[in-house]
Amino acid sequence: MARKYDAIVIGGGHNGLVHAAYLARAGLDVCVLEARPLVGGATVTEEIFPGFKYSVFSYVVSLMRPEIIRELDLPRHGLAILPLESTLTPLPDGGRLYRDADHHRTWREIARFSIRDAEAYDEYGRSLFYMARAVKHLLGIAPPDPARLRPGDIRGLLGLARHFLDLEPDQLHLLVKLMTMSAADFVDEWFETDVLKATLSASGIIGTFLGPRSPGTAYVLLHHYMGEIDGNFRAWGFARGGTGAVANAIAAAARQAGAEIRTDAPVARVLVKNGRVNGVALANGDELHANVVASNLDPHRTFLDLIDADELPGDLVSAVRGYRFRGSSAKVNLALDEAPDFTCMPGHGPHLRGAVSISPSIDYLERAYDDARYGDYSREPYIDVVIPSAIDPGMAPPGKHVMSCFVQYAPYQLREGTWDEKREAFGDTVVDTLARYIPNLKDIILHRQVVTPLDIERTTGLTQGNIFQGELTPSQLFFLRPAAGYAGYRTPVRGYYQCGSGTHPGGGIMGAPGKLAAGRVLADLGRQRGRRRGR
Amino acid sequence: MLLETPFHPRTAALCRSRRWRNWSGCAAALSYEPGHEYEYYAVRNGSALFDVSPLRKYEVTGPDAAALVDRVVTRNVFRCEEGRVLYTPWCDEAGKLIDDGTVQRLGADTFRITAADPCLRWFQDCALGMDATVRDVTLDLAALALQGPTSRDILARLVTGADTRSLPYFALTKGSIGAVPVTITRTGYTGDLGYEIWVPSNHALAVWDALIETGRGYGLAPAGLDALDVARIEAGLLLKEVDYVSSWAALIESRKSSPYEAGLGWTVQPRPGRDFVGRRALEREAATPSDWALAGLEADWPGIEKRFAAVGLPPLVAGRASRDAVPIYERGGRAAGRQIGYVTSATFSPILKKYIALATIRRDFAYPGSRIEIELTVEFVRHKVPARVVETPFFDPARKRA
Repeated sequence: MARKYDAIVIGGGHNGLVHAAYLARAGLDVCVLEARPLVGGATVTEEIFPGFKYSVFSYVVSLMRPEIIRELDLPRHGLAILPLESTLTPLPDGGRLYRDADHHRTWREIARFSIRDAEAYDEYGRSLFYMARAVKHLLGIAPPDPARLRPGDIRGLLGLARHFLDLEPDQLHLLVKLMTMSAADFVDEWFETDVLKATLSASGIIGTFLGPRSPGTAYVLLHHYMGEIDGNFRAWGFARGGTGAVANAIAAAARQAGAEIRTDAPVARVLVKNGRVNGVALANGDELHANVVASNLDPHRTFLDLIDADELPGDLVSAVRGYRFRGSSAKVNLALDEAPDFTCMPGHGPHLRGAVSISPSIDYLERAYDDARYGDYSREPYIDVVIPSAIDPGMAPPGKHVMSCFVQYAPYQLREGTWDEKREAFGDTVVDTLARYIPNLKDIILHRQVVTPLDIERTTGLTQGNIFQGELTPSQLFFLRPAAGYAGYRTPVRGYYQCGSGTHPGGGIMGAPGKLAAGRVLADLGRQRGRRRGR
Repeated sequence: MLLETPFHPRTAALCRSRRWRNWSGCAAALSYEPGHEYEYYAVRNGSALFDVSPLRKYEVTGPDAAALVDRVVTRNVFRCEEGRVLYTPWCDEAGKLIDDGTVQRLGADTFRITAADPCLRWFQDCALGMDATVRDVTLDLAALALQGPTSRDILARLVTGADTRSLPYFALTKGSIGAVPVTITRTGYTGDLGYEIWVPSNHALAVWDALIETGRGYGLAPAGLDALDVARIEAGLLLKEVDYVSSWAALIESRKSSPYEAGLGWTVQPRPGRDFVGRRALEREAATPSDWALAGLEADWPGIEKRFAAVGLPPLVAGRASRDAVPIYERGGRAAGRQIGYVTSATFSPILKKYIALATIRRDFAYPGSRIEIELTVEFVRHKVPARVVETPFFDPARKRA
């Protein structure tokens, strides 16, 4: 028999869970349907190799909105974010650039390359503080559409205008630059040291099928800098227990608020009757009914897979068809018998508790992109490494380690062959690249998991394996995310909503789309109730 | 990880208190003995030896060296002859303070600038289109401040190749201590008779040893930052990031200060044809003064004693200098109790037996004799005690300039 809910959330990723938690807190009877046996989507911790816990996909946290952590009381539900304070960039010649929370030490490290850069580094940090402060406002509002000018849009635009006119002129100019420039050009305005420029601009290519010299990547860089932990912008952290612990904490908060969460419950399609949503049909044939259905899935799945194209206007269908996913990232997760030993910083130093960035030069990153442009994975890839077990001993048995390697570029579409054929060769390339800086690496690997874009797509459903549910380039942001005219979390099908990273403000473990979409749903329901009362 | 200054082998051995502060990334002794009183009195009665190596040092050379320094700082550098030293701040284009330090004119085309924080990029960028070279010589040069009434006699016994005894206030000379070539400037951060000695880092220890050895008969004591902080407040000298916030570090406009607002209006020396960074903004401010000013305050000591006595305690404010900002209120009148500023540095002055403070207050109240109130917390309860505005320096012995 069909069970009737107030609201159904398709997909138990972190945004779907946040969305459900807010709806449940508002008193709605909510059900989350997750296809996999565990919640989290791309925010999961799994013990793939006995005793070793991998944050299989996403691996660090910064963007998670502080108000969501507070309002859902996530620390009480087990969320603890441990600081990730340093970044080590090893160089092929045995040199290094090491930056950490010790301001003066970082100054001296950069000054070894250029005193001017060491001095500019503070100014760069301040400028990005201003930028993060400026866009913070945007993270908390549904995007108004300047082309539509409905009352809500006008109000939103006026609020935005006031907000941006409050900026100092040079801050406004900088913001425009960030929205239009390439990451490499942007950091070039401050620095002359190649390794520093490369490591900073690497934040601009993550999850994006663009190189550091491609326009639009400066925004992606900002996207990675606008997170805050305890009020500090740019702070990145590691969730105790891996990123799965974030999803579990949100799920616990949602359950406590009364939400039901069903795992192993893949949705086959969304049921629509007379242009309004009616419920969902599960893959096993069961039907669940609700007047509100929110999709945490990406725009492709939300609009092209779950629903008949006939129900949607043609402009939306073609916009979603043209929406760029272009998965370009992969993960290699390693179980290690002992700590990795870096040539440039031997032994068990605090650098093991931070990030390690394989980004020795801008040319290195750009060449890595060159390979991908023509359908090959990078022969010498950009790799962002963290060693979660060095921060959280619970991630591996005592004395042993897990190493998370985020790799770019791994284009979803290969020129030759398939990812199933090339998976292990790609894994070898990543390990070979790392072994140049970590001589003991090959001898200490106990287990290796290679997660290609195809694997990301197969496991999590993220189209083409794009980690952000679509690239975060300016043409796919704000009132253009996922498509012009369809950015306010509603869809043309009444009662059908979108609440995933494919909506404003985008990807990363942020939760903002889920929360903002919940605000939209609740406002619409309130309006309907009001209307009924009016009659 | 803190750096060690070139004197660290000596200072670490002497630092019985194990009290260190992070000064520009270097370990700097707060006091050598557990308390700093003896070191303070060395400044006023004998001589105190401070390791001031963490200061940033820049060398400016080239045909346009003077023009560059003159473009950067607010004071008129062309009036600084060879062998003289200037104290000066420098500003951004908006006329807000960036930093302050001394400018030593070592030669016609050679200057050395000291700064609290890194400024190489700024100086170099200001040199656009000029034939001048700026080098960061911070690590090349170690620095000692020898401060106190006996400092002149110590140097006279020690220095060869220079007549330090007749070295005027804010002048410099080159000489040798033992075999080590040094620059000696008659400058300091204590408001007393004193000198600063600039020595190649690799010869630092020999100079330290010679000074300690010779100073033995002159009441010389190595001294730390706690004693220096008391002395510099008595001298009415500002501390960056305490008494003013650099425009580079201030995240919001209201934290920034102009030289006029920081009591450094006298260092703004425009003359026709002279163009320095921030000049236009400072000219505008000279015409339309800011609402804020720096003032020296003297608190009513009996009033403080009374507040403590009321709970049965001696006046516990005597001790170290405080860098905690404390509100200042209007006293009497209709607006009594309105906040009109804040104390930035305060200390009990052992030599004056007064409680003194540097403060940022509304200009209307910044005249000598102006009566205001400052906040005082006694046993977790906030009180207001009377204070009045006085001229700085609070302590200004004739020997400083003589």
